[in-house]
Amino acid sequence: MVSPHLVVGERHPRLDAMDQTRGAVIYADDVAPPGVLVGRLLRSPHAHASVVRIDTTHAQALDGVIGIITGEDLPTRYGILPISQDEYALALDTVRYVGEPVAAIAATSATVAERALALIEVEYEAMASTLSLRAALEEELPLLHGDGVGRNVHRSVALEFGDVDGALRSSHHIEEDVFFFRGNTHAALEAHSATASYSPQGKLTLTSSTQVPHYVHRTLEKVLGLPSGKIRVIAAPVGGGFGGKTDPFSHEIAAAKLAMLTGRPVKFTLSREEVFYTHRGRHPVLMWLKTGFSADGNITAVHFRSFLDGGAYGSYGVATLYYTGALQATTYRIPNYRFEGVRAFTNKPPCGPKRGNGTPQPRFAIECQLDKASEALGIDPVALRLRNLVEPYSSTVNHLRITSSGLKECIERVVAASDFDARHGRLADGRGIGIAVGSYMSGAGLPIYWNDMPQSEVEIRVDRGGGVTVLSMAADIGQGSTSMLATVVAHRLGLRMEDLNLVTGDTDLTPIDLGSYSSRVTFMAGNAALDAATAVRQQILSVVGRKLEVDVADLELAGARVFVRGDEESGMSWSEAVQLTIASDGPLLATGSYRAPELAGPYRGSGVGISPAYSYSACVVLLACDRDTGMVEIERVWLAHDVGKALNPLLVEGQIEGGVYMGLGEALFEEQSFRGAHHRGPSLLDYKIPTALEMPPVETIIVESDDPEGPYGAKEVGQGPLLPVIPAVANAIHDAIGVRIDEVPITPDKVVAALRSAERGRSTRFGPSGVPAFEFPEITRVEPPVGFGVT
Amino acid sequence: MTTHLPTFDYRRPTSLGEAVRLISSGGSSTVVMAGGTDLVPKMKRRQLTPSTVISLSRVTEMQGIRYQDGATTIGSGTLLREVVASRLVPEPLRLAAATVASPHVRNTATIGGNLCLDTRCNYIDMPEGWRIANGHCLKDGGDTCWVAPRQERCWAVHASDVSPIAIAMHTNVRLVSETGERIIPLEDLYANDGINNLTKRRDELLVELKIPSIEMRASYYKLRRRGAIDFALVGAAASFALEEAGSAEDVRIVLTGIASAPVRVFEAEQFLVAEGLSPGSIVEAAGIAGSCVRTQDNTDLGSRYRKWMIPVAVQRVLEGLAMNTNERSADRGTD
Repeated sequence: MVSPHLVVGERHPRLDAMDQTRGAVIYADDVAPPGVLVGRLLRSPHAHASVVRIDTTHAQALDGVIGIITGEDLPTRYGILPISQDEYALALDTVRYVGEPVAAIAATSATVAERALALIEVEYEAMASTLSLRAALEEELPLLHGDGVGRNVHRSVALEFGDVDGALRSSHHIEEDVFFFRGNTHAALEAHSATASYSPQGKLTLTSSTQVPHYVHRTLEKVLGLPSGKIRVIAAPVGGGFGGKTDPFSHEIAAAKLAMLTGRPVKFTLSREEVFYTHRGRHPVLMWLKTGFSADGNITAVHFRSFLDGGAYGSYGVATLYYTGALQATTYRIPNYRFEGVRAFTNKPPCGPKRGNGTPQPRFAIECQLDKASEALGIDPVALRLRNLVEPYSSTVNHLRITSSGLKECIERVVAASDFDARHGRLADGRGIGIAVGSYMSGAGLPIYWNDMPQSEVEIRVDRGGGVTVLSMAADIGQGSTSMLATVVAHRLGLRMEDLNLVTGDTDLTPIDLGSYSSRVTFMAGNAALDAATAVRQQILSVVGRKLEVDVADLELAGARVFVRGDEESGMSWSEAVQLTIASDGPLLATGSYRAPELAGPYRGSGVGISPAYSYSACVVLLACDRDTGMVEIERVWLAHDVGKALNPLLVEGQIEGGVYMGLGEALFEEQSFRGAHHRGPSLLDYKIPTALEMPPVETIIVESDDPEGPYGAKEVGQGPLLPVIPAVANAIHDAIGVRIDEVPITPDKVVAALRSAERGRSTRFGPSGVPAFEFPEITRVEPPVGFGVT
Repeated sequence: MTTHLPTFDYRRPTSLGEAVRLISSGGSSTVVMAGGTDLVPKMKRRQLTPSTVISLSRVTEMQGIRYQDGATTIGSGTLLREVVASRLVPEPLRLAAATVASPHVRNTATIGGNLCLDTRCNYIDMPEGWRIANGHCLKDGGDTCWVAPRQERCWAVHASDVSPIAIAMHTNVRLVSETGERIIPLEDLYANDGINNLTKRRDELLVELKIPSIEMRASYYKLRRRGAIDFALVGAAASFALEEAGSAEDVRIVLTGIASAPVRVFEAEQFLVAEGLSPGSIVEAAGIAGSCVRTQDNTDLGSRYRKWMIPVAVQRVLEGLAMNTNERSADRGTD
């Protein structure tokens, strides 16, 4: 019996699993064209300085140095967001953080290149640097971007939906807290690498460990002044992205420029230290959160202020700023909401997007505050959450369209699986259990640069033997996007995943996909693939239907056969059907595409946060905390995630476990921190990612809410599961030892400091005491959606 | 940004005689390498750019573990993995060696290398570019210790996990040079100076450890962030030789991760000899240890926390020992 559902919903190892296991995958750093030169970047030792003079004469004279470039060779500004075109590939006249690239060398060996770096003479004129949020927002210091002195404000926002002050005035209970999320970095195992070559015919090819080949393509076009057809960007399989390979980078542009100048291939692979300076990681965010509640625990209003330490450049920062205020409303029904936020420039490596871009920080604040409110109101934390949940198929106060939501089921299932009710508040001293929830977008509703074209396109070609090739620019960053495409297409065509050929992440060969960020690939490229596969299917069925004189509706495509439903022996094999179709219609090619529906609300800034669908997660953490040392041992994690439909449960579980791992690291260990302008430890010894010994058993629970617009009902799973982990840890620590650590990461010194303070009868809390004095812009008042507030 | 080793001459002597000759004739820019797990990263970071590296990995006299004349002798070139696995090695030492770094490192690192581990600090164990940007510290050829700029010494921290337990167990080490050899107590190998932290002469090689068979209990407690890889925030070893249960006649308490050398806490030791081991005396001894040792802000998590953790570590290691002792006494009672 041929089942029509052989692929979707089944557990399949990733297509590249065996190659990964055998070490056969060709990563960017494995690319080694003949004659390749070794590239190295000279980096600034100053946090803030004018570049007065660069003399490369001595370096140039060194035997084996083939090319040297400086900022003057690449004078075009760029940046990932059209509104933040503030970077140069190599500092042009100003350096803004320690480690910023100033010059690039291509040499015949690493030894020569590194020796040559020391021979480049750079004269700097140091300026006062801005090193903290407070300094940026409260002091008059030399501007990072612009002339003179002033406040180093990148961008600020103030929005109000409904009447927050009025609602707070009539609230039964008000919680007001300050939280600090210290910021961290991706720490992907693979360091960034890019190799460029330039043909005598003037064609540039760049192979890079990037999540966004299309955006790199566009940036090279702009900075190098080449037509797009003369640039080919290939996204190599990525050894960990997490948002860290989502910007166009100096080393990619320098590799391209040096290849053009020298006529030889040039490769840059960053050292671990350089990866920490390249950063684009989680923003440190200071947060002030005031929430009103009715006597029975309904949220009446939320007033939220976020202060982001953005580092030296824009990157995705404007989006990050808006994200800190946007997704609050997707889990809990907030009737009145005011969001004020500011992103500051500081002389530190630029922050950017990391898994959950801008949402783990406020999620930490909201979920910890809910637990505090639950105590004050005398309402169980689970009950308090359940009574405030956003309804499926509704609108939020800030005009986000909510479709499917399995959040209630997620909560109920983690609570049941973890025996939360019997344990919370009842475990022996030193052991605790905590809960939190989260929600994330299945793809940003808008592309990064404004355009009317599809967000994802997929092409399918079928050869005369029935071989199927699927082409998509979606970059596989280890999340399994290539296997996802195979799953969707194979399922639609009645084939097996391993029957398909996948060509991905190549701007010469594959149609556009905007990239692997914002958890967009399954929803958007998946839908585009489904669209293309459906076109192939329809074409074949209509030709076969004509031939067999059967209504197309009665035909089935499964098990590599086309047959009349109910009679598998009828009809013909897949390859016969393909040949018949080509004989009838010519080349068998189809394309498909996806565009998100128009979702933006009626206000400036409403483009951030909108998504065709939201995933939901709930997490329970059980842990033990040592009162003497402050060390926390995670005993077990339960995580339920509403993925809409698990196209491949094996990969869904992998993403959930990975999100839990990263969340635990952020909660307890990881911190991109600085002593003045200097990174506290740009190495994997000092930057503490958890080891296998710190990773507890994780019980994953897949919830399927069957999204009406997702491919086969699927939504995202790459980022969402991280979000609730961090506050669940904080809440569990409070349950274990009775103190509140309102700052992430929750390191043992903070725990012990809070316990010692509590022992002395002082505060039972460790965390920030206030926020900088900053005057937010005048509030833009936005009417809630029509019908909102009517219950 | 340097990522590759600098160039150097590489020598691999096969006998102790050849090794000490090479060291003796080598200039000040000659270094010896045991497992290289600390030296090689340091060279990549250009903390050291020796002209010659002398590998000790083939010196047969420095290999192996044996028991003779009432002592366990461990060649300094013995891999930590072998120390951990050997039944000839007293258990407390094996357990302490098993806390060093990770299995991968212990497959390469040696016990002698761990004892001679260079001192560590937030300002020195950094990439070259970092140290240039920050300004070279005293240990790095500069003229200021960034940990305590007003003082004229280096505060880099001794970080061996093996030294505290080995000192607690009365270990002696044999030092050999071209001109002779000497045996000294291990604790005399160290000086509380972040730069000149070893008392042995440059031409001397630490060839072996000798751990006497004394009737004693000993244990090591390591407080660290992660269950592997990390150096100790504070490490505490303790030992006591017993006449009868509850009364200690010789107590040693040794700390690591605190000062530029392993620190014996004599005040706490003497207190326990006088008071004997009891739950109350352990807490008091731990408090004494906490009050007589200072910390600097030069490793992970800052000085205040590490200062707080000294009594915790001392109490835990003593409680562990007391528990073992009581079990042992109980065993004896049933004999």
